[in-house]
Amino acid sequence: MTKVMSMAQAVEQFVPDGATVAMGTALEALIPFAAGHEMIRQQRRDLELVGPISDSLFDQLIGAGCVRRVTAAWLGNVSEGLGHCYRRACEHGMPRPLEVRDHSNFSIALALWAAAWSVPSLPTRTLLGSDIPSTNPDLSTADGLVHVKAVRPDVAVVHVQRADEQGRAHAWGPLGITEEAGLAADRVIVSCEDLVDADVTLSDPNRILFPETKVVAVVHEPGGAHPSPVQGHFKRDHAVYRDYAEESRSLEGFEGWLRQWVLELPDRASYMKRVDVEAIRIEHHRPSVPADFGYE
Amino acid sequence: MSSYTPQELMVAVASREIRDGDLVFVGMRLPILAYAVARNAHAPTARGLFEVGLMRDQPASAFLGTMGDPPNVTGALWATRMSNAMALMAQGQVDLGFIGGAEVDRFGNLNTSYVGDPRKPIVKLPGSGGGADIAILSRRWVTLMSHERRRLVDRVSFVTSPGYGDGTPGWRKRNGLLGGGPVAIITTLGVLRFPEGGGEAYLQSAHPGHDVDEVRGNTGWDLKVGDDISETSAPTESELTAIRRFDPDGFWTRGKGH
Repeated sequence: MTKVMSMAQAVEQFVPDGATVAMGTALEALIPFAAGHEMIRQQRRDLELVGPISDSLFDQLIGAGCVRRVTAAWLGNVSEGLGHCYRRACEHGMPRPLEVRDHSNFSIALALWAAAWSVPSLPTRTLLGSDIPSTNPDLSTADGLVHVKAVRPDVAVVHVQRADEQGRAHAWGPLGITEEAGLAADRVIVSCEDLVDADVTLSDPNRILFPETKVVAVVHEPGGAHPSPVQGHFKRDHAVYRDYAEESRSLEGFEGWLRQWVLELPDRASYMKRVDVEAIRIEHHRPSVPADFGYE
Repeated sequence: MSSYTPQELMVAVASREIRDGDLVFVGMRLPILAYAVARNAHAPTARGLFEVGLMRDQPASAFLGTMGDPPNVTGALWATRMSNAMALMAQGQVDLGFIGGAEVDRFGNLNTSYVGDPRKPIVKLPGSGGGADIAILSRRWVTLMSHERRRLVDRVSFVTSPGYGDGTPGWRKRNGLLGGGPVAIITTLGVLRFPEGGGEAYLQSAHPGHDVDEVRGNTGWDLKVGDDISETSAPTESELTAIRRFDPDGFWTRGKGH
């Protein structure tokens, strides 16, 4: 049975209020902005966001009042600096107070691996000597090691280059903490640039990110990661990050941005009509040489 | 000698910290350019490692706004998961790391988390990212920062990425930190260096056009001056050419670059 549905349906069915949601797991690339914006439109509340760094998406969800807690290593705008909604939430409780569980990039990966392997925690030598464990109850120091408590997302949301209707997802480029987020999560939502036949995904099983049993929804969402880059499809849209940094500096500016780019739009297809797609489309393709899976 | 911006000087100085053959945990912003400059000059066999999950030899052939931009992936030596890049660092195989910071203190501890009480911060900064991991696990590291009294402070109120802790001899070893610690703080005014074995930063050189009094006056502690204090060598023509090739629009080095 096909798992293909619209983003509105996927968020409606699989991202309830209060859910723990992992996103942005490939760091600066393949960020599922379309999924995050749909969560804002559906007025999700009390989400716990989990990720390594978040290049603006978490800032937007926080500004929209969707988030109760963030478990992450870094939160801001990678090319521009601070996350202004994040600051307003932490410093002034606007639009609502936010709980922060700080990690490093290494420790958030370990927290997800611990959940993936069903152990309560994993030990590491990173974070020794740092004050980060003193503010995060998920980190403790004993026997000369830092013990990183498992973080188990209810749902991981990823954007990939291609997937089939059963949710076999192919992504390429650096993966960040995508695999451990998917394995740790109870369920995975996949959005993709290209919806392809199973013949394509199964021709290269090494490239399939997650077991299909984890994936509950497949959304064909071209441009679903904009303004983040998608190898082979889109460059990073630096100007959009710059404009967002400027507009979100004030609460009123952010609210204007939110109306224009999220609330007044029904879906991602309408959003992409407002983007100068030709300026960011990757034109020169460099496909890899196929692997030979022959057996006789 | 053509004119240059403070950021171009910082990139040139940072590139000189990279030794040939080093595996460099590159990070973001100016260090991306520093790696490209070094690789094209005195460090032709250096390799770059990026926490997103990439290893490269040649620098990317187009501008990078982030380490995850598509030009950084094309031609990579390895595209992988973050845990694998961290594994190399945990094994002591990363020779040099770069870390950005909002605040640094006399013992090289960095704060990128909170200004004020973490429970009610005056400023919430973005956080560690990979910074704490680099500070703890890489063999040596360097930080780059705008030289202001509010940034170079006596002691940071929150240690995101540890340097030499309280500055007592052997602090890192006693606390189980694997890597060697910070070796330099490169600022918009000068280069601060740490003694062999760690401890307190001292002024090694002031940049051209800046003197010792100005540097000390913009530092939040009584900055010691090295016996062999000198003027920082200005960027060479070839360094500037390389910087401008990799940052053609001055996004990092002629705009807000920090």
